[in-house]
Amino acid sequence: MSLRVLNGFKFSSLKTPVHRLDPRAKFLLVIGIIVPSLLFTNIYMLAGLLIVQVPLLMVGRVTKRWLQSLRAGVLLSALIFVVNFFTGPLVNAVALTLRFLLLMTTFSFFFMTTSPDDLGLAIDKVGFIRWLSRRWLGYPNALSFTFTTAVRLVPTMAVDAQTVVDAQRSRGLELDKGNLLKRVRNYIPILIPLLLIAIRRSLELAEALEARGFPGKEGRTSLFELRFKPVDYLLLGISLAGIVLSFWVFFHYRVPTI
Amino acid sequence: MALSSVDLKIDSGDFLAIMGENGAGKTTLAKQLNGLLKPRLGRVTVDGHDTTKKSVAQLSRKVGIVFQNPDHLLFSETVREEVGFALKNFGFEPGVVVKQVERTLESLDLAHYADTSPFLLSGGERKRVALAAVLAWEPDYLILDEPTIGQDYQQKERLRNFILQLNSQGKAVVMVTHDVEFVAECNPKVVLMSKGQIVAQGRADEVLSDDGLIEKASLVKPQMAKLFSQLAGFGFPRDVVDVHRAKMLLAEKLSEVRVRVAQSS
Repeated sequence: MSLRVLNGFKFSSLKTPVHRLDPRAKFLLVIGIIVPSLLFTNIYMLAGLLIVQVPLLMVGRVTKRWLQSLRAGVLLSALIFVVNFFTGPLVNAVALTLRFLLLMTTFSFFFMTTSPDDLGLAIDKVGFIRWLSRRWLGYPNALSFTFTTAVRLVPTMAVDAQTVVDAQRSRGLELDKGNLLKRVRNYIPILIPLLLIAIRRSLELAEALEARGFPGKEGRTSLFELRFKPVDYLLLGISLAGIVLSFWVFFHYRVPTI
Repeated sequence: MALSSVDLKIDSGDFLAIMGENGAGKTTLAKQLNGLLKPRLGRVTVDGHDTTKKSVAQLSRKVGIVFQNPDHLLFSETVREEVGFALKNFGFEPGVVVKQVERTLESLDLAHYADTSPFLLSGGERKRVALAAVLAWEPDYLILDEPTIGQDYQQKERLRNFILQLNSQGKAVVMVTHDVEFVAECNPKVVLMSKGQIVAQGRADEVLSDDGLIEKASLVKPQMAKLFSQLAGFGFPRDVVDVHRAKMLLAEKLSEVRVRVAQSS
């Protein structure tokens, strides 16, 4: 079981201009790239959007890990290509594969260069999420906390998954043996312990949080406050313009695939 | 954790404790023994077979590893199915599976839980089910990763007797552990690791009473060794780690004193 693909989505704490960007501005950039890539299948545009991210990845010093995650995603891209090749024209297959790589790159760029803590702070700033969280869970910070906790537990879960795989292989389980159905069933001894560990851990976490006074009172402050810098406003402007332009073009023109 | 200059030979019938600080490479070494990890340099052989040329399943048939946390392996609906899982994987005949499962449950005092869900059992019992799940296929070499964690005194005592019994039946038993008191009472051969290397190998009483080695591996001396290092001024040896030998030495000294008192009066 290869968990290498997850590496391309894991945050690494570096001090680069890309890491210092405001997470809200960066998230809008992600939306600004995703919107046109989902609205259009134009190959030049998709390739262009992929290429403009390379300098950002280089400044953020995550190019190597991005390439690794792409390599781990080769199988899936190949599958997308083959399926679309047999069901439609070649350009379409190329465009959809490019779209997949572009989406993967964009998310990978975002998660590799945005710390979960910053992300939590950013989510916390969104009034709608606070409102929803208060209505739903009775506390305005609960949703953002849930999200950051989930992101933070991914590496721990990955370690658990590896241990479970090791333990079951030591009991003679061979994951890649048998026909397709058997192979799927082979994962039951992996998934059940993992699920139970996750449930148990969440209960323990809840108790530990309550023991430390969570959720506390309204109006909790945070140690670090997010502030927009000029470069963040610039990014925000470009992204918003990109989104608006994409929708405008989408409703007024028909953009060919090639 | 990378291992280097590890030269270790485990014979059938050996009883070994691999000890050392957190991150010393103990578990890494254990995983090399059934091929979960393969050496990049050097060689690991099991009964003459290079581990790089065999699958984990093939090697596990001979080398059984009991993982530290039973929650990493329990998944079946009943204890019986849990213990039988590996036997089916290894292709035992159905009749043999039933017989082996019954026997293993009996020997680990789990027979009355056979149809219970393993998730309803206590921590100590789950640990015993995990042990049963490996013992069922009777591997020649048994690796126990931290077998005493989460066990109370009585369970530890039962575990100790069980391990000694297995060992006396000719099985090689390797414990990976921090528990110096447990090791002192079992008195196996101790392999001390630090920073991915083996820093000492020898009898438990020699290694665990050696201040330099103990410090190097960030361990604490067993109580008995502490006591006897302070009694050294009275002519006692320093390398005493278990209660049994301590009792013999003290009884000997006391009867000597008694004789002297009797003579002088």
